[in-house]
Parts: sequence; C-alpha cells; structure tokens
Amino acid sequence: MTRNPKPNYISTTNACKLCTPLGASLAFKGIEGAVPYLHGSQGCATYMRRYIISHFNEPIDIASSSLSEKHAVYGGGPNLKLGLLNVTKKYAPKLIGIATTCLTETIGDDVSLFLKEYDREVEGDKPLMVQVSTPSYMGTHMEGFHNAVASVVDTLATKDEASPDTINILPGFVSPADIRYLKEVVADFELQATILPDISETMDGVAAKTYDKIQPGGTPLAAIKTMGSNLATLEFGHTMAEKSGGMILKERFQVACTRMALPMGITASDRFFAALASLSGKATPIKHTLERGRLVDSYVDGHKYIYGKKAIVYGEEDLVVGLTAFLAEIGVMPVLCASGGRSGKLAAKIAEATADLLPEPPQVFEGMDFFEISEMAEGLEPDLLVGHAKGYPLASKLEIPLIRVGFPIHDRMGGQRILHLGYRGAQSLFDLVVNAMIAKKQSDSPVGYAYM
Amino acid sequence: MEAALDERQDQIHRTGEQPFNLVCDKDSLAGAVSQRACVFCGSRVVLYPIADALHLVHGPIGCAVYTWDIRGALSSGPELHRLSFSTDLQELDVIFGGEKKLYAALTELIKRHSPKAAFVYATCIVGIIGDDMEAICKRVEAETGIPVIPVKSEGFMGNKRAGYTAACNAMARLIGTGDTSTISPHSINILGDFNLAGEIWMIRDYFKKIGVEVVANITGDGRVADLQRAHGAALNVVQCSGSTMDLAKIMEDDYGVPSIRVSYFGVEDMAQALYDVAGHFGDAEILRRTQELVKGELEVLLPKLEFYKKALTGKKAAIYVGGSFKAFSLVKAFRLLGMDVVMVGSQTGTEQEYRELAEITDPGTIIVDDTNPLELTSFLEEKDVDIFVGGVKERPIAYKLGVGFCDHNHERKEALAGFSGMLNFSEEVYASVMSPVWRFTERFQKGEAK
Repeated sequence: MTRNPKPNYISTTNACKLCTPLGASLAFKGIEGAVPYLHGSQGCATYMRRYIISHFNEPIDIASSSLSEKHAVYGGGPNLKLGLLNVTKKYAPKLIGIATTCLTETIGDDVSLFLKEYDREVEGDKPLMVQVSTPSYMGTHMEGFHNAVASVVDTLATKDEASPDTINILPGFVSPADIRYLKEVVADFELQATILPDISETMDGVAAKTYDKIQPGGTPLAAIKTMGSNLATLEFGHTMAEKSGGMILKERFQVACTRMALPMGITASDRFFAALASLSGKATPIKHTLERGRLVDSYVDGHKYIYGKKAIVYGEEDLVVGLTAFLAEIGVMPVLCASGGRSGKLAAKIAEATADLLPEPPQVFEGMDFFEISEMAEGLEPDLLVGHAKGYPLASKLEIPLIRVGFPIHDRMGGQRILHLGYRGAQSLFDLVVNAMIAKKQSDSPVGYAYM
Repeated sequence: MEAALDERQDQIHRTGEQPFNLVCDKDSLAGAVSQRACVFCGSRVVLYPIADALHLVHGPIGCAVYTWDIRGALSSGPELHRLSFSTDLQELDVIFGGEKKLYAALTELIKRHSPKAAFVYATCIVGIIGDDMEAICKRVEAETGIPVIPVKSEGFMGNKRAGYTAACNAMARLIGTGDTSTISPHSINILGDFNLAGEIWMIRDYFKKIGVEVVANITGDGRVADLQRAHGAALNVVQCSGSTMDLAKIMEDDYGVPSIRVSYFGVEDMAQALYDVAGHFGDAEILRRTQELVKGELEVLLPKLEFYKKALTGKKAAIYVGGSFKAFSLVKAFRLLGMDVVMVGSQTGTEQEYRELAEITDPGTIIVDDTNPLELTSFLEEKDVDIFVGGVKERPIAYKLGVGFCDHNHERKEALAGFSGMLNFSEEVYASVMSPVWRFTERFQKGEAK
C-alpha cells in the first residue's frame, strides 16, 4: 500500500463538512414543540432547509431574522425580536432555539442581551428561549449540534426528585431509525430514557391528517427539565468539546456520565449493552442476545467476501470512528479515514478502536475535503467507500461501490431510515457491505455467477 | 383558514375579489420563514452554469457547500462548475482579514484547473470584514492573464434579486472583449435559460432549424469565450426576466443590442418565442422555417396531449416558483391540459408581473409574493389542490398534505421546456396526480380528493 503524504491545500474543494448553524438547527428540531431560528440573513435558513429536506423528505421550518444591510450596520436586535414575535404568533412554539451565524457573530450582536430585553418588552406567555453561538468559521455542523445540545441542557436542566429508572442518552447526530432503535432497546431493559435530541418523529413523520406547524415528537421539555435527577448519562462520541451536555449534567447535578463511542459493530455495541445491563441491573434481554447471535452467524457466513477489502471512510469524526471500528471487526481494511472536522482526537480514537484488529493502522486525517480524499485515493486502490452521498463522484470515478451512511443522503430514498447503531444496525450495514462486494464481483464477471 | 401575519397581508391578492394592490420586492419579514434565499444565492444560481469558469466562494464553508452541484445545469464539455470551491474562512481569517487566503486560494485553484475566467463571490462576512476583493482579483488577473471578476453578492445586501443584478454586473465585465467578426446578422444570445435537463440544447436546436445563430448561452452550458463576444449578437432573447434582464439592459445601453422577453415553457409560449425572434429579423425564409417547425412539432405533440387532457381536466393546480415569468407559462400550460390554476406565487416577482397574473387568472385565484410554508399550507388546504408545482422546499409541504407535486426547479431531470418539454410536463403531472398512493393518505380518506 502506498502511503501518500496528506496534501495541504489552501482552498477547500467539495468540503467534507457543513456549517455550524445547520447542526444546531437539527439538534433544536429534536425537541418537543421547538422551532429552530437563525439570527442572520435569510439565505442561511433557506439553504439549510433545502439541504435537510433533500435528505429527510420532511418539512423543516427554520426561521430567520432576515437581516438586511441596515441591520448589519446598526445591529440585528430589532429584527431578532420581531422575528421571535412572528414565530411565536404563527407557530406557538414551546421553545425557540436560536443559533447565530457568521454575520451576527462578526457584527457583534449580543443575543443574550437582546433576549433579556425581549423578555422585558414583550408581555404574556413566551416560549422558552435557548441560544447557541454558531459562527460558521469555527468548527463544523457537529460542533453546532453538540453545542446546541449543551446549551439546551445548560439552560433547561434542573434537579428534581431522583428518578432511579431513567437515564439520559445524548446520542449525537444519528438517524431517526437509530433513535427509534435506542428507545426500543432501553425499554427492553425496563429503563426510561431521556434521549436528547430526538428527531425520530420530527424528522421522519407520518403522512398526517393535517399539516402540523411543528411536527409532533421530540424530547419532551418536561423530561429535559429533570435530566439532572436521572440515574446516569450515556453520551455517544469522543470528539466533541469538553463542555458537553453530559459533562454539564455531571458537574452541576452529579449525574454520572459515560462517554462511549457510537455503538457501531459488535464490540462497541457490547459496551453499550453492558452499560445498560449495569444501569438496569438486568441481563441483556434474549431478543437482543439473539440479534447478536444472528449477527455473529452472518459475520461468519459472509467473511470471505470482504476480508482484506480496502475501504475509505469519511464523514463526521465520531461516525468515522464507529464505522472504522465496525469495518475492522468484519475484516475490511480501512486505508483512509477522513473528516472535515478538526477535533484533534480522530487518530487516537481510531487507533484505540482498532488496535487489536488491524495489522497496520489506517491513515487518518482531519480537515480533509473531497479533493484531498480523491487525490489520496489514487494510490490506495480502495474497494469501497463508506460515507454519506457526497462521496458519489469519487466512487463513480473509481468505479467502486459507495455504502451510503450518515448525512446527507441526497441521491437515494430513505436516508432517515438508515439504521447504524447496535446489533441490528451492524446487521444491516454488514449485509450492505457484503452484498455490495458480491454485486460488484457479479457485475464485473463475464460469468455472472448465480450463486455467491 | 389560518391568517397570514399582518405585515404579510398586502403581499397576498385574490383575483377579482379586491382591487389590485399587491406589494412586492421588499425584504423578507423576520420570523416568517420565507422560501427565499439571499443575494449570494441569486448570483450563484445565475453564474453557476458557466462551465469553464472557476467559481470561488469567499467566506466560511456553508455558502459553498450548500451550493455544491446544486443545479442540474448540464454542460456539453467542461464541468468545472460542478465543483464547490471555498476559501473556507476560519476565525483567524475573520479577525485578520481574508485577503491573503483569497489570493492564495485563487492562485492555487487557477493553476490547478486552468479556467477561462474566475468568479469570486462575496458572502455576508466579506462585506463585514471589508476584504478588498476588487484589488485581489485585479492582482490575480494581472498575474494569471485570465479575467478574475468579483461578484458583489454579500448575502444581506438585499434579496435574491440583488444577487441577479450582481451576477449581471459581473458578466458585463466579460462582454465586449471578444472578436465578433464572424457573427451572422441573424444572431441571438439566449439569456435566462440554465440548461436544466439539457433544455438549452433543445432550444438551440430550434433556433438552428429556423436559421438563427446562437452566439452565447447565458448561462446554461455557458462558456467564457461566448460571453466575451456576446455583444456581437443582433438580439438578446431573454427568459427568466428576473435573473438576466439587467444584463440585457446593460448590453442595450453599451452595445445597442435590443432584447425581447420570451418563455420556452408550454406550447403557446414556445411557439411565440420562435415567432417573436423570426419577426424581429423580418426575414421571409426564417419565418417560413419557423412556421414549418412549429407546425411539425404541434402535429406530433397535440394528439399526444389529448390523453393527458382527458385525465386531468378539472384538476386544480397551485404554482410557487422563483421568478414569476415562469408562472405565466405554467398558467397557460395547465389551461392547455384543462386544469384550473387556483394559486400562483413567486419569490421575486415584480409588481408588473403580478398585475398581469391577476389579469389572466380566474376569479378567486390567490396571487402571493414571498410566501412561507404555513401560508402555502393554508392555500393548498383551502383550494383543495391536486398538484403543486415548485422546488425542493415546497415538496414536503405538498406531500405532507397528500397533494401531488411537480419539481419545476433546479432538480428536474426531464426537460420541461420546448415542445417535447410540454409532453414531459404533462406526463409528470399525470404521474403524480393519478398515482394510487394517495388513496392511503388522510386527505383521500377524508373524501376531499376527487
């Protein structure tokens, strides 16, 4: 295998990241009765809505201060307040999640001050307000997502009577299908969980009778308010900032926090199930041990089709860690792990997750774009790409399969229904990977084998 | 019906129910969840299809990444426009200025891709930190020998229309620099078609058949060299008047090139476009060929449309598009299919356009400027619409309500322009309206759908 040095370009081409307010908007969208609100010019909200809709095929209304030139000069306060008033009138939200943009961060708008003024100036019932600072020149959509979650916890969580059967799960940016799965697993352990955020219904709704101004579902506000009373917090991901939602709950309310990798593949899922077993005092329910058993059985059945195949994995850092761990345990060799994020922790976390599995660790790079990934791919002769749909041009150029996972999936149906987590998610990913390799061999072969 | 916000009432008109007094071309209302994007978006969508130019977005990553390969604007050759280039400004760039990074990025990308020109788009933040884009562009232009053109598209400096103007001003800097000596007196530029699903190729073919030379595509399947000699064309044929009319005006003032407005959507407007061009040249042979072409196309098309007309007559349609020129054609196209248009609106229509829409639509038709999801929802429910025509952001609104949908925006994969486009359009409308899936939705079960 050739080891190319990482290219180091000044310009970014075909970025492998999105901007911070997008992540914040999605996090807010997973809260009961919430409307995401961007304090900036109109375009940001519209662009992000379009980008998100193309993945979820669901409405997502993101309000905006719609700032124009005079506001940029004299400050965006009046428009922020007008916007909040209008959103309140039209949507009657329970919460407005306000994220800033590069424009308002740079002109120095003091959103906390504006909100205090708004609270004084406007009479009557007002929705809860949560604000997060998300200039898009700092970090990626994942920082936006995690910081929004942290802000929600910081602003709303309190401690009430202890609820020994309820845990907090901060899953990060996973799919609606993943959230539904987490709920099922937790219930099978006879635990209650406050999952923050919960986009399982808000971003994957039913064909409804009438149009919901705010889609039903989301983490209940009442549950968020008592997060400080819960038994423990499980927080997925290692690459977020130190001051995460889980850490705030730990410091302020002494709720034990376990940070763990996204439960992807058997090893990471075992850790998640073990944590639930320990918190609930119950053994893993038979339904899930059977799922695990069938998964191991299928790993065995399919191992020869994928052993030693070389994969390029890209996307959000924690997702890349999870995918790489999964691929390594099924015998696929990740040769390049890339992310547009820059947590500084990616390589270490991948090394940790794959230490006893890979003969040599993959090349791991942060701050990558698709031009750089593409350039590095030249010498690596990968057999497959694993990541979101924006890798399609590269997969097409290399004539290799793309396993679509994560966000965004803009060129296929059902991005919101992709299951990544747990034994069930691993099963579905495993079948995808093996079948992609079998299909490739079949279509490349002049024989066109009718049996695997 | 859910009432619109007070500040929005004067942007909604109901044909025949009140004197026409619709207000438009104003900034979107804060908190109203406008479907509009921004100045940058306006510039980006207009210039985007110029396929051999480098399009560098100067700002933090969002603006570039959300416009990566955003339009289905096809190219017959280079595809540089499909890549998303950004200076990806970071905190330190914002504090100390982004000029150095812009210079380095431009130099790097021009060296790598050898484009015929470069457009550099300003985003919100550039307008605030005050980078001198003009100076950097000038320097890189001198060093590389290709035109390097700043596009003044700071997101907050107006609405999408201002972005169209910025794009036109940028293109105007290319025009007038190329050799026009070989251009025929019977020649045109096509303005305001973006070659979605290959539409401009079809239109060019029509013009070729009637004996008219197309000098420059502005901007679908566009090329820098064609733009540079566009001033040599005898006529500008302008579609999508909102986006490129400014350029036509500049070319009229600077080079005396007259312009006409056309639309290529729907049978009537497509035929009219060809006749108007033929009429402009007053050449008997061109006119004869035009008649022949239209007659030939209609003989094939009209019998095929009968099937769709029979199935769709009496069905109700709603339209919400970017520029309202397209709305006119769609109103006519739906009429040809026997359908009733009950709502029509746009993000950036002008008062004149809305006034004309009010004149041609049936009593009770809702005409709306710069609307939002909740208003759209209430209109669709009130009018019990069968098909909604719009773009990606309108799609989930229709689908959630159990209403059919036709994408008439960037993401369409079938050509909807031209004579065969009318057939594709009818097929698409038919396929959505007649699908059996609706019977499972609540709207059908409520007995509201027919």
